[in-house]
Amino acid sequence: MTKIIEPNKQSNIFKRPSSETGIWSWITTVDHKRIGIMYGYAAFFFLLIGGLEALILRIQLSQPDNNFLTAAEYNAMFTMHGTTMIFLAIMPISAAFFNYLLPLQIGARDVAFPRLNALSFWIFIFGGAFLYSTFIFGTAGAPDGGYLAEEVGWLGSAPNGGWFGYQPNAGLKYSPGTAMDYWAIGLQILGIASLISAFNFITTIINMRTKGMRFMRMPVFTWMTFAVSFLLAFSLPIIAIALFYVTFDRKFGTTFFLTEGGGDPVLWQHLFWLFGHPEVYILILPAFGIVSEVLPTFARKPLFGYAAIVFAGFGIAFIGFGVWAHHMFASAISPVAQAGFGLSTMVIAVPTGVKIFNWLGTIWGGKIKLNTPMLFSLGFIGMFVIGGLSGVTHSVVPADTQQTDTYYIVAHFHYVLFGGALFGIFSGLYYWFPKVWGKMYNETLGKIHFWLMLIGFNLTFGPMHWLGLQGQVRRTWVYAEETNLQFWNIIVTIGAFIIAVSIIVFMINWIFSKRNGEKAPFDPWDARTIEWTIPSPTPVWNFSKAPEVKSLDDFWHSKYDEDEDGRAVRKESADQMLIDLEEEGLNPSENIVLPNPSYFPILLAAGLPFLGYAVIYKSIPLALIGALFLLIGGFGWGTEPLEEEVEENLEHE
Amino acid sequence: MLVKKIFKLKNLRYLLLVFLSACIENAPLDSLSPEGPYARSIDELFWITFWIAVVIFVIVQGALLLSVFVYKEKPDSPEPKQIHGNTKLEILWTVIPVLILAAIAVPTVRTIFDLAREPENALKIEVIGHQWWFEYKYPDYGITTANVLVIPADKPVRLEMWSNDVLHNYWVPKLNGKRYLVPGQTTYLNLHADSPNEFWAQCGEYCGLSHSKMRGRVLSMSQSDFDAWVKNQQKDATAFSADDLSLAAEGQQVYLNAGCTQCHVINGVWDVQGDRIAPNLTHFANRNVFAGAALKNNPENLTKWLANPAELKPGTFMPNLELTESEINALIAYLETLK
Repeated sequence: MTKIIEPNKQSNIFKRPSSETGIWSWITTVDHKRIGIMYGYAAFFFLLIGGLEALILRIQLSQPDNNFLTAAEYNAMFTMHGTTMIFLAIMPISAAFFNYLLPLQIGARDVAFPRLNALSFWIFIFGGAFLYSTFIFGTAGAPDGGYLAEEVGWLGSAPNGGWFGYQPNAGLKYSPGTAMDYWAIGLQILGIASLISAFNFITTIINMRTKGMRFMRMPVFTWMTFAVSFLLAFSLPIIAIALFYVTFDRKFGTTFFLTEGGGDPVLWQHLFWLFGHPEVYILILPAFGIVSEVLPTFARKPLFGYAAIVFAGFGIAFIGFGVWAHHMFASAISPVAQAGFGLSTMVIAVPTGVKIFNWLGTIWGGKIKLNTPMLFSLGFIGMFVIGGLSGVTHSVVPADTQQTDTYYIVAHFHYVLFGGALFGIFSGLYYWFPKVWGKMYNETLGKIHFWLMLIGFNLTFGPMHWLGLQGQVRRTWVYAEETNLQFWNIIVTIGAFIIAVSIIVFMINWIFSKRNGEKAPFDPWDARTIEWTIPSPTPVWNFSKAPEVKSLDDFWHSKYDEDEDGRAVRKESADQMLIDLEEEGLNPSENIVLPNPSYFPILLAAGLPFLGYAVIYKSIPLALIGALFLLIGGFGWGTEPLEEEVEENLEHE
Repeated sequence: MLVKKIFKLKNLRYLLLVFLSACIENAPLDSLSPEGPYARSIDELFWITFWIAVVIFVIVQGALLLSVFVYKEKPDSPEPKQIHGNTKLEILWTVIPVLILAAIAVPTVRTIFDLAREPENALKIEVIGHQWWFEYKYPDYGITTANVLVIPADKPVRLEMWSNDVLHNYWVPKLNGKRYLVPGQTTYLNLHADSPNEFWAQCGEYCGLSHSKMRGRVLSMSQSDFDAWVKNQQKDATAFSADDLSLAAEGQQVYLNAGCTQCHVINGVWDVQGDRIAPNLTHFANRNVFAGAALKNNPENLTKWLANPAELKPGTFMPNLELTESEINALIAYLETLK
């Protein structure tokens, strides 16, 4: 019999939400697991949209001098593809993992600030919707004085200055209309969401670790969450300021980046990449964490060099702030700066290499189970190594001046962010699928997904290396037939469609297995970390009592001893212990106090898009509506206790 | 058996290289077939890095595949030894990459400074970026031209570059790496072609609607050809007299009256002080490409272009002047006289 205390459902402004099922329960939830699941679905939705945009781009590039898209449409598509994949797909899908897993891995009942967590999710949703509303409301066109043969159409009325928004091209004179305002303000809103969750996760990790969960006993995924949160906290303010400058340049006539007003377009590059490079690690470190969980589990060996992997992760995060100008080697920077940033870029390869070698050390000598999550993690290593090596060729500055702004770069960062981050993410999606849904996914479909994706991925991004070296520049709407680039471009397009098929396989597997999959045991992988000590699917209260951790990989050590050779030997008591654990997990013996759902996070978040529209259309009424939402949300929030009168109830008992 | 597998992997790599080199032929923007000392020094550096990367690639992917094949779970596999790490190995795989990188760093830094140094006695040429074409000025000779950069072969030239509007990026892959053109700042790039030849140029940085059509040609010539070219470029165009009834003379009237002079200068026919926003047409027929080098200079392309420029170059600043067919034909006849 569970004993969750029923709170007194009253509040000051609104009646406290009470739905436990149905749509309102999701809208008002502050449960980190539900928020994680919503993050996951929303991010996957945007991943599909970003993927669709990529397919449209690839159709255009499959033939030289193609006219499937107009220039305006093509530019809007590549801008939205990059922006979507980075800010609306990979970042939030990582947030989904952080949300769901972090409290489970450190033995907590929720994150430190559950309502802030809901707020950051809803801000993300409204930010994404705001950004995409550009397709309905946004306008774009030729630069001042330029001519277009045809209207830009709805597809071309999206932001078109690139996800990097280089000034002054993304300024008002050269990108007239409102589309780039949607971009700048949309990213601003999304940044708020990420900042809030960063502080939330940092606080959670510092304060909410269960008994015995010392820092050096934390799972590597938790460590990487910690590192990413610091990266977010330090890098997002930089882009926030830069985006304010851009918005002011575009809307209020300032000239931060405009030469004619004494501004400097190269300043934008510095600010953007001072954020943009840490951002790369924000995207990849979560995958590092996932892989560091999956490899030891399926090799049945502890992570090789745990401390080295953790410190290498932080080394990467730290050095990641000192390499930004390698995105600008061809820009207006001096040879001294080129040499300095070239060297710092080489340096960052060292901790990255340390991680890869330690992962190899982990599987070496193991007993490797080649199921879907493991295949994706192994694929991650293989693909990421290619991305890492091509990355080293960029640190060779003179060579980079040939490679920069070509498809060689596109190949490089897709090997890092798709072959790296996304393979890691798929590995994690399969690995924790049983924990989240209490069902097993279909292994055959999973393997088909992996192999299709591996082949499609390499067909898509492998040939881009030599396309770039042979002179195909990035962001190119058309390429001339005389450049002789058509052959590999067709292959690339075919590869992209194979990836699309693999994603369909993944979705079929997901939907089918979630509904009809085999029931999952609570420890299906014979895993190592404490999120596997609780029932599947995770009960709403996570742990029925706060676990106590005695070592790194505590769960493993409670199941296994080592013999004289150092080989793992299953304890005789292990089976009984597992039975007891499940029994206890389902039937908590103590009173459980959970944070209550709340309307206010979503109310507060709903104000931000109005403020965004208010700036774009310089409209006071819209600003007032936005402010009203913020006020009601903030005031209601401030006067609403997290746990409704629970303490008093307890006292009465 | 495993050894065989590794060898296969290596062969695959060679196969790839063969494939690669097979496709390199006739790619005019190929950065891997340098035709001058600057590009060659970059190329050498690239291949050093490439082969080091290949060795590391083979070792790491080999280790990955090897461990998967050797340690794949079998029915009789014993439980593995629980090894938590090895400090010696950690030091080893930290130090070895550091040494490899240091070995790459030395020639890298040297080449950075070599490429940046201003060559002695180099011809100075100004490159000005416009949406979406490159303008060239030869201050020593008083020449202004566009789209086709003419340089003497086997001599270094020093480009002084800036942009008139947004960021651009000047790239002649066979002669050197890229360099940005920035409004309000001057950047520099050296070019040096081994022998007389024609090279392709391309704007690297995304610069708006017609970025992909912002191209260029570089013609390197023997010194005598170059001198002759300079001499020709310094000449003004000869104006047709008002009573000339030829088609070309009619075209000159179209040029003067239809609005072309708002943006285009033809020295000797329509001289104005200061710059105009569009290419100088004095020696238009001397150039084999036009419209940001996106189009070959022939009557067919010119007809299409003059009928509606934005159709071929979205966003272009050249308006559709609603010229009649006969006006277009006259204009083309006139442009062809501008050698």
